[in-house]
Amino acid sequence: MFEYAPAPESRDVVDIKPSYGLFIDGEFVDGTGAPFKTINPATEEALAEVAAASQADVDRAVQAARKAFGVWSAMPGSERAKYLFRIARIIQERSRELAVLETLDNGKPIREARDVDLPLVAAHFFYYAGWADKLGYAGYGPDPKPLGVAGQVIPWNFPLLMLAWKIAPALACGNTVVLKPAETTPLTALLFAEICRQADLPPGVVNIVTGAGETGAAVVNHPDVNKVAFTGSTEVGRLIARSVAGSGKKVTLELGGKAANIVFDDAAIDQAVEGIVDGIFFNQGHVCCAGSRLLVQESIAEELLESLKRRLARLRLGDPMDKNTDIGAINSAEQLARVRELSDIGEAEGAERWSPACTLPERGFWFPPTVFTGVAQSHRIARDEVFGPVLAMLTFRTPAEAVEKANNTPYGLSAGVWTEKGSRILWMADRLRAGVVWANTFNKFDPTSPFGGYKESGYGREGGRHGLEAYLDV
Amino acid sequence: MTTPLADVASSGATLRAFLHGLPGVDRVGADQRAKMLGTRSIKTTAKAEAIDLAIRMVDLTTLEGADTPGKVRAMCAKAAHPDPSDPSVPKVAAVCVYPDLVGLAVEALGGSGVKVASVATAFPSGRSSLEVKVADTALAVAAGADEIDMVIDRGAFLAGDYLKVYEEIVAIKAACGEAHLKVILETGELATYDNVRRASWLAMLAGGDFIKTSTGKVQPAATLPVTLIMLEAVRDFLAATGRKVGVKPAGGIRTTKDAIKMLVLVNETVGEGWLDPDWFRLGASTLLNDLLMQRQKMATGRYAGPDYFTLD
Repeated sequence: MFEYAPAPESRDVVDIKPSYGLFIDGEFVDGTGAPFKTINPATEEALAEVAAASQADVDRAVQAARKAFGVWSAMPGSERAKYLFRIARIIQERSRELAVLETLDNGKPIREARDVDLPLVAAHFFYYAGWADKLGYAGYGPDPKPLGVAGQVIPWNFPLLMLAWKIAPALACGNTVVLKPAETTPLTALLFAEICRQADLPPGVVNIVTGAGETGAAVVNHPDVNKVAFTGSTEVGRLIARSVAGSGKKVTLELGGKAANIVFDDAAIDQAVEGIVDGIFFNQGHVCCAGSRLLVQESIAEELLESLKRRLARLRLGDPMDKNTDIGAINSAEQLARVRELSDIGEAEGAERWSPACTLPERGFWFPPTVFTGVAQSHRIARDEVFGPVLAMLTFRTPAEAVEKANNTPYGLSAGVWTEKGSRILWMADRLRAGVVWANTFNKFDPTSPFGGYKESGYGREGGRHGLEAYLDV
Repeated sequence: MTTPLADVASSGATLRAFLHGLPGVDRVGADQRAKMLGTRSIKTTAKAEAIDLAIRMVDLTTLEGADTPGKVRAMCAKAAHPDPSDPSVPKVAAVCVYPDLVGLAVEALGGSGVKVASVATAFPSGRSSLEVKVADTALAVAAGADEIDMVIDRGAFLAGDYLKVYEEIVAIKAACGEAHLKVILETGELATYDNVRRASWLAMLAGGDFIKTSTGKVQPAATLPVTLIMLEAVRDFLAATGRKVGVKPAGGIRTTKDAIKMLVLVNETVGEGWLDPDWFRLGASTLLNDLLMQRQKMATGRYAGPDYFTLD
């Protein structure tokens, strides 16, 4: 009866060039590797051709960063802050353009790019701009020094936000950077490069090198890089940890997760259901801290599942550019294959699979929101990170059992606790081995709050005062 | 919630235990959900449909000390034919007046199909004896009111005397006879979302046909989160008892945008079963002209000036 008419955001606000070069020493230059195409995962349409950086290109970028480090690190913090504030303001001014480009290249709903990603990106730059002239008060000595050149490799799930998490603190502390965006989502990083020029950032302070895994390896392994920051899979994180071991490079790794979202029988049910949905279906579940394991107190499991199914039936899957879309496209064919594979394994292992009735578009990479019930701790869908819109539901009887099951994973990035009892939240938070514990909410981010993992979820913290340590010689 | 609810109000203690046993409402989460639904973009054909539906849901209201026969007649004329220049505009659901003006409204609307609702029970404060409230209701019913908008005793509710509130609603419902009963919770005075949920259930258990947010005399009135919580309550009540109850946000809904946000809330919380004037109303005095203006803009592509819409 009340069907929402299509409400597409206009893509005219962004001007996508047919091809992009590398951003080195303040200039866009050709790469010497074989260029590759980046596509819109919602339509499989090629958006642009992007240069691939070879080892030699990466070397040029690192040299440019090294040269700029002299100027940038010697500049008073209050001056560096001006650049960062300027970048933050330009991001706000151009946020619509950036949001549209992010959605086209990544497949996430425009609503999320517009209302979550972009405000957080600007907030990160504003926040770390504020630190640039106050580093002496951060608790790392009266005059902490930067490290030098930071080599940064970021994932495809939040392309611009992960760039902000990496670049803002690095620059505030006086480092210069060589950043490699993900192969499938390079476009917003390249638009950010343009913003650096618009802000008159000194050449070489920020360098963007696009490419695949080899380019990333070249950045990480470059001998003149002083600091390596990586966000991505645990598998690649392990490789990086191994390759930089003994090199003297400082490393932070933000890797996978298999977070438990724990719902007690006294929780505010309607809001808990919203939290479960936000926890696993936000950004198609392409979130390292996603609440992919739902632990429900057995006494309310049936009732909660019914509410959850009713809610999932209302999710709107489809064109990411439509302002009313809740679930967009899976980022790549490769990722879709992985989500499918793990879901099939879940079914084969005996868990019950459920998705609401929804029509998937014919072109592009799509996966319906999916819930598995009857899941046991021993099932792979309860162990492995799916990194897709797939929720595994388990039950528990007592708070102690909830903690035991939540912690019984090689990961430890985040957790959620839903209860109206404040004392129980604190009791749980004390015992959960996870970098972030959300209480009666999930997937809330703030630049002032440190973020990072236990165990195989990585080491080091990003965000907040703690996030400065990773970029200071302390 | 699967237990039969018949005995819930057998004593103050059982009623209290039941209401306090309802799941809590997390304010941050409820606000966030309502805000997110407020971002839905309703355009073109969907907007045109929504505007007509919203017009059909309006309870056109005047509740002033200065209300006169002339004012009420003018409003009734508008309710039956909102836009004299366009006969395709649907009529509104009802007019809402004070009890002493009901007879006049009934006469003015005779045969138009627009219902007459009357506030009653010492509106808006509800501070009087049960006898007076029942008499107030009987006055309106006798004058021909189709619907009674009563207020609950917020003082008794906040003092924890749920049984008193319950019994009052039961008594007013009995006095209503054939008339439909809308129970005004005055959520702005109940303050917490937990209270809104409890008062919603209380009103439904006592036999209310509709639950209504506010009198319009207290701020905040019909906010999105409060309406969301009341919609969740009618949804859960239907599942528990099989009885369907309507919802009426009232107070502070002034623009087409506000009204469409309400419809989105209904659509995504309880579904199309409530997208009907029988089950969802918008209590408002100034909303109608904005709906008419937007409707004409949809049809002609241009905004007409305010002088092209009648002020009544």
